[in-house]
Amino acid sequence: MLVELWNEYWPLLSAMLVVLIAIPTLGLYMTYIERKVAAAMQDRIGPNRVGPLGLLQAVADGLKIFLKEQVVPAHVDKWIYLTAPAIGVVTSMLAFAVVPFGPVSPEGPHTGFRFIIAPGVEIGLVFIFAVSSLSAYAIILGGWASNNKYSLYGAIRSCAQFISYEIPLGMSVLGVFAITGSMNLEKIVYQQSSFLEWNIWWQPLAALIFFTSALAESNRLPFDLSECEQELVGGFHTEYSGIKFVLFFLAEYTHVVTISFLTVLLFFGGWHLPGLTDPADPTAMGTALRLLVLLAKVGVVVFFIMMLRWTLPRFRFDQLMGLAWKGFIPLSLFNLLGVMIVISLDLSPYWMTLFSLIVFLVAGALNVSQLNNRLRSPSSPTIRTRAEGAY
Amino acid sequence: MSAKREKKVTWVEPPKMGIAEALYLPAIAEGLSTTFKHMFQPRKTKQYPEETPTLPPNYRGIHRLNRDEKGRVKCVACFLCATACPANCIDIVAAAAPKDDPNWADRDKYPAKFVIDELRCIYCGMCEEACPVDAIELTSIYNMTGKSRDGMLFDREKLLDVFDETSKRPGDPVRTHRGALGPASEIIAGAQKSAAPMSNIGEKAGP
Ligand code: SF4
Ligand code: SF4
Repeated sequence: MLVELWNEYWPLLSAMLVVLIAIPTLGLYMTYIERKVAAAMQDRIGPNRVGPLGLLQAVADGLKIFLKEQVVPAHVDKWIYLTAPAIGVVTSMLAFAVVPFGPVSPEGPHTGFRFIIAPGVEIGLVFIFAVSSLSAYAIILGGWASNNKYSLYGAIRSCAQFISYEIPLGMSVLGVFAITGSMNLEKIVYQQSSFLEWNIWWQPLAALIFFTSALAESNRLPFDLSECEQELVGGFHTEYSGIKFVLFFLAEYTHVVTISFLTVLLFFGGWHLPGLTDPADPTAMGTALRLLVLLAKVGVVVFFIMMLRWTLPRFRFDQLMGLAWKGFIPLSLFNLLGVMIVISLDLSPYWMTLFSLIVFLVAGALNVSQLNNRLRSPSSPTIRTRAEGAY
Repeated sequence: MSAKREKKVTWVEPPKMGIAEALYLPAIAEGLSTTFKHMFQPRKTKQYPEETPTLPPNYRGIHRLNRDEKGRVKCVACFLCATACPANCIDIVAAAAPKDDPNWADRDKYPAKFVIDELRCIYCGMCEEACPVDAIELTSIYNMTGKSRDGMLFDREKLLDVFDETSKRPGDPVRTHRGALGPASEIIAGAQKSAAPMSNIGEKAGP
């Protein structure tokens, strides 16, 4: 009886264990990596005192956080205040239920250890979007329970941002679904097994929109308006400290990892790297190689996200909303239209690439006149001075 | 508002935006390449406690009270530094020099108490500029710590100790005239020589 149960559930339990241990550890170490990357970009060294190369810095930070005094301000709504960070972590980790963190095959028996908690979920991506957008609750509840105007402003901004970017995020991947004919991540990856079949070639615009919107969803720079220090002190986490504060950041870093995994799985061929991995190779070596390829690709994306953080300045809020509503939503609609046309006329998929590029360039051309108009509009303060003084 | 175009003002038209700007991506790529290049540039970090910085000669750190050639405190308790100090952190109590002591025969006043609150000080160097006899100077000591606030109230003896400590170092030369008390004392000496005492100085300085 017990043996049967064990035989049935150990793959599930082991996969869960890997995720539950790997994600927080990774989150802890992402702070270290982020600091190192930031330092490198600013011609500094970064943490280098604790342990060799400062590698134990993350451990020291973790210890410090656990030993910190747990401060609950007197004016907060205690229960909501305490639940909010937990909701954040749980929802951001839930997404990993259907994200394969190593090579899995879409069909065939799921026996033994596997790199996914719940294999064969047909609505995979919809599930991810559903649970990860729940993390908006963490922020809005945290901001609300804090009884602090800055926190509330941060939370409201974040909510608006979530709602706006959820739309292009979902629409950008509709093209990928249409191409694969499935929302199952394993199938989507399986379909991109040769280099020229990676979705990025057919859906470059969708990839751009997806990546940017996902970044906006994760509340990271340049989209971190909900915790913008100049205007909102600390934003939604102003009243949080110690482990509760860190849980919010764990949620953010988990989000970053999820985004990176999804970008790689949806657009960059997942664990496939032609010439190095063979999708049909069932041996342990082959699996290890594919795992390495996947993790390397994810690492590159994570690094890219960090580079973006230290390169781009933060958006203004109207620009942020404008980008989603005036830019990404129409763009992703047109992109979807292109996919529809190509699929229903049964054309070569490279027409999609062409269509994406044309849509993108046309959008740019339209934006040119808008940018120039804005520069010349009498409402712009610099121009007003000129208009009154000179003309 | 006048509609005349100012002659001296150069009017700059906002640059025309092209398609590259409107697509945003080229600018992002340019920014990314800048940050990426910096990853391979030499690090500017100094490993502080092991590597100490080379300070410029006019660095303004902890104060010292200079000694004159007889080893006495050079300060004449004129209160100019305390008056000039924007942080109000110098506390001086003046006393008449012991006239019967041959060692002090040439002096009128000296500071019986001279305390600088080093925590309150903003290290602006105004005291050093104000001092007519170059008795107070800022040294290049920047890493002074104390166990209490009171411990950071430096009194006369401590400030003289700082002088003894720093004046021998290459980084902190005594910036005063050795021998005479300082520029101000020379004026007085010169004025006395030309037998035209204080009034002369008054004329020179003028109201
Ligand atoms: S350095 Fe400036 S603040 Fe400090 S004691 Fe001198 S005059 Fe005062
Ligand atoms: S200005 Fe110079 S001489 Fe006058 S009290 Fe200050 S340190 Fe002494």
